[in-house]
Amino acid sequence: MIPALASASAFSWLGPLTVLAHARGGEAASFLAGAGHPVSGLDHVLAMVAVGLWGAQLGAPAVWLLPVTFPVVMAFGGMLGLLGVDLPGAEIGIAVSALVLGAAVLAEWRPPLAVAAVLVGAFAVFHGHAHGTELPAGADGFAYSVGFVVSTGLLHAAGIAVGLVHRWPAGRAALRAAGAGVAAAGAWFLWGAVT
Amino acid sequence: MRRPTLLLAALVLVATARDAHAHLVNTGFGPFYDGLAHPLVVVSDLLPALAVALLGGLRGPGTGRAVVIALPVAWLAGMALGAATALPPPPPASGAALTALLGVLVASDRPWPRAAVVGAAVVAGVALGLGNGRELGAVAGGRVALVGVACTVFVLASIVAGQVAVLRARAARIVVRVAGSWVAATGLLMLGWTLR
Repeated sequence: MIPALASASAFSWLGPLTVLAHARGGEAASFLAGAGHPVSGLDHVLAMVAVGLWGAQLGAPAVWLLPVTFPVVMAFGGMLGLLGVDLPGAEIGIAVSALVLGAAVLAEWRPPLAVAAVLVGAFAVFHGHAHGTELPAGADGFAYSVGFVVSTGLLHAAGIAVGLVHRWPAGRAALRAAGAGVAAAGAWFLWGAVT
Repeated sequence: MRRPTLLLAALVLVATARDAHAHLVNTGFGPFYDGLAHPLVVVSDLLPALAVALLGGLRGPGTGRAVVIALPVAWLAGMALGAATALPPPPPASGAALTALLGVLVASDRPWPRAAVVGAAVVAGVALGLGNGRELGAVAGGRVALVGVACTVFVLASIVAGQVAVLRARAARIVVRVAGSWVAATGLLMLGWTLR
């Protein structure tokens, strides 16, 4: 029942079919605007929370290594986007990230730490690139960037906090159900990105 | 001050800080106090200063103490050089790259030798001080403000490095490393922004 409820809850978040990593033109460049950017697209939110969920499932050291890897590599991708470096299929990569990370949580997949870090890092490049191409030019770029990174980190932290239910049998089932929800959402985003 | 309160205070500082201005914040208390406020409201100065302090603290009390002295002295020297000479301020991209590099050093938490950490503090201090000296030295009361800037850098480094140097719990050190990764990520984004 709980897995079904969790899946239903995750599905209830799914609104528009379009991939949501889009620019929000005209926003003021500030800490709060930067903090709001990563939570402006459900595809980003689900993938970043899934990184935390998966890290919690894998335990130490992945529980902190993955959330450390993601923001740094994402920022690198963001830098590429800001510099105008083309990355074909970024939207597809973002959708696949939600699909794969959700599936990893669902299957309780335990790859070697390096594989998990490389996988998360590769997905982070797509997320960062999408954000980087959208960041508005502004005079308060540093504050915007800080808000952006802190918000991303807090999404990971939220995923880790939720993922701590992994230590209880019912929690493990709920976590896997959440992974199924994220994977289904990723499939939904992927469908939207390729059609 | 308890560490969670300190972390919260640091976050509020960063959240309310602004980009570098070629003029002083007007506190209404005179140039010295304007200088005191300057590093706290200019995030491009605040972040690398925090990163250097975190780096020194992670390496223990001895290195932390050395950084507490080296950073403000180098900052003051850089400001004096910037104010007294016609040296152009470092390009914005160099500050962003420096921030990213310092963040990576914190996040990696490797056993860097003390000389390397102090060297990083000196480089950061001189580079950031040069910009401050060039900008603030030219305004009225700017020379007095520069002393205020150095005082704040000293206090900031003392508090942060001191708090981090006594951390023993692995989880607490991981929190510092995560903070370093956030600094690195911010620096990378800013690097792209300035080179855009």
